[in-house]
Amino acid sequence: MDGNYILYKFILASAILLISLLVAMYSTLFERKLAGFFQDRLGPNRAGIFGIFQPLADGLKLFFKEEFMPGSADKFLYILGPSLTMMIALLTSAVIPWGNSIIINGVEYSLQVADINVGVLYVFAILSIGVYGIMIGGWASNNKYALIGAVRAASQMISYELAMSMAIISIVMMSGTLSLSEIVNQQHGFHWNIWYQPLGFLLFLVCAFAECNRSPFDLPECETELIGGYHTEYSSMKLGFYLFAEYINMFISSAMIATLYFGGYNFPFMDDLGLSHNAITMIGTIVFFIKISFFGFVFMWVRWTLPRFRYDQLMRLGWKTLLPLALVNIVITGFVIMLKNHS
Amino acid sequence: MVFSRYLFFILSFVAIYAALKVLISKSPMHSVLYLTLAFFAIAGHYILLNAQFLAVVHIIVYAGAIMVLFIYTVMLLNLNIQGEFPKSKFANIASTIAGGLLLLTLIAIFKSYDLKVIANPALNQIGLVKSLGKVLFEDYFLPFELSSVLFLAAMVGAVMLGKKDIY
Repeated sequence: MDGNYILYKFILASAILLISLLVAMYSTLFERKLAGFFQDRLGPNRAGIFGIFQPLADGLKLFFKEEFMPGSADKFLYILGPSLTMMIALLTSAVIPWGNSIIINGVEYSLQVADINVGVLYVFAILSIGVYGIMIGGWASNNKYALIGAVRAASQMISYELAMSMAIISIVMMSGTLSLSEIVNQQHGFHWNIWYQPLGFLLFLVCAFAECNRSPFDLPECETELIGGYHTEYSSMKLGFYLFAEYINMFISSAMIATLYFGGYNFPFMDDLGLSHNAITMIGTIVFFIKISFFGFVFMWVRWTLPRFRYDQLMRLGWKTLLPLALVNIVITGFVIMLKNHS
Repeated sequence: MVFSRYLFFILSFVAIYAALKVLISKSPMHSVLYLTLAFFAIAGHYILLNAQFLAVVHIIVYAGAIMVLFIYTVMLLNLNIQGEFPKSKFANIASTIAGGLLLLTLIAIFKSYDLKVIANPALNQIGLVKSLGKVLFEDYFLPFELSSVLFLAAMVGAVMLGKKDIY
């Protein structure tokens, strides 16, 4: 039993890791195809049918590029930067419930690696340490542009983390739990949190863009001002790690949005289909991935539609608009909960 | 149980090694990063004691907020040039003596205090969110609220100090 349990957790963890990497790999192709569509051109279509082998070609290209390290760089930290970014990007997937449970021979196997009772706080913690990789990399390159990019990244992430946490707190108040699996279970069927927390969802979405360093908030790597921002001095696969981690972050953020606001693996009329528990779980997981893909599309859609913010606009939006709105949202949520308990 | 004992020794080793490296490292940036590592090791100890809430909050507050600001300061003040601040011999000796005295006091306190060994940390529920929230909002409600007022005062003070022209 014990050995079985360890084996099952091991298989689940490696499967989720592989799926995250695969999704991130193919979202690069998807993004380039979409960019092509938005700019009225074809996008990559040479490697395989519809350019299906393009991510492999890109990866190989990055591996075979020349490694370059600035002479004045701090060698250990220079290598640690991209590695940390990649590692932290992959950490969050452990607490996301990817599906309900599967029952095999009377034993229930949950499709979540770690159902810890402080799941939401764990996500906060990963968010808050996510900036380390960028800061260490930017500082260790010993380059002005990289340093400015790193400093910008740090202040941007700290500012938007606050509003993001405040937005999630109203969800926590509503569901009365910090466990992500419990939050998803309470959204059974069509009782998704988006109907009760539309403002919270909007705040979370905007902050997710800023936390992933995605356009319109990609100030840390703003090409026109900073060349490449924190990864100016990086080349070869180390650069690849930074770029790749951004796509993993996007995937995980989309999964978090779907989990917190769009019911995770729940879908309407799931009890009326009359299917077995395992079949419902399978369909639920597929539905969850459809939701994730939709939000991944929104990320790319916005990137190729909106221009980049100026830095002071970014800070003003974060501190003077999003944070007060999040606080108002908490007060309203608290008020409604109080009224409900009294009636 | 054996496994968690090994974890305890590994975490303790990491914590002490990182704490020593904070003092020994020449570059301030390395010191700050080793301090972060020490915080992570301590968070691991909290998890071994089944205090998950404390562990995660420890990481959010110390590793996520305070240490990021430390790194920020080190970056902006350009303290990365090694040996830029040579300390006098007197300062070195004085700080060593002061630190030693603090250690001595701490040892004296812990010797007189009867430390209880928690028999089975897995059964200890005080570190979980529910029990902690109940204790904070029922038994220690007034001190908890007072400390939040203290934080608010500190925040307002920081904003006032940061403002250049007070009108």
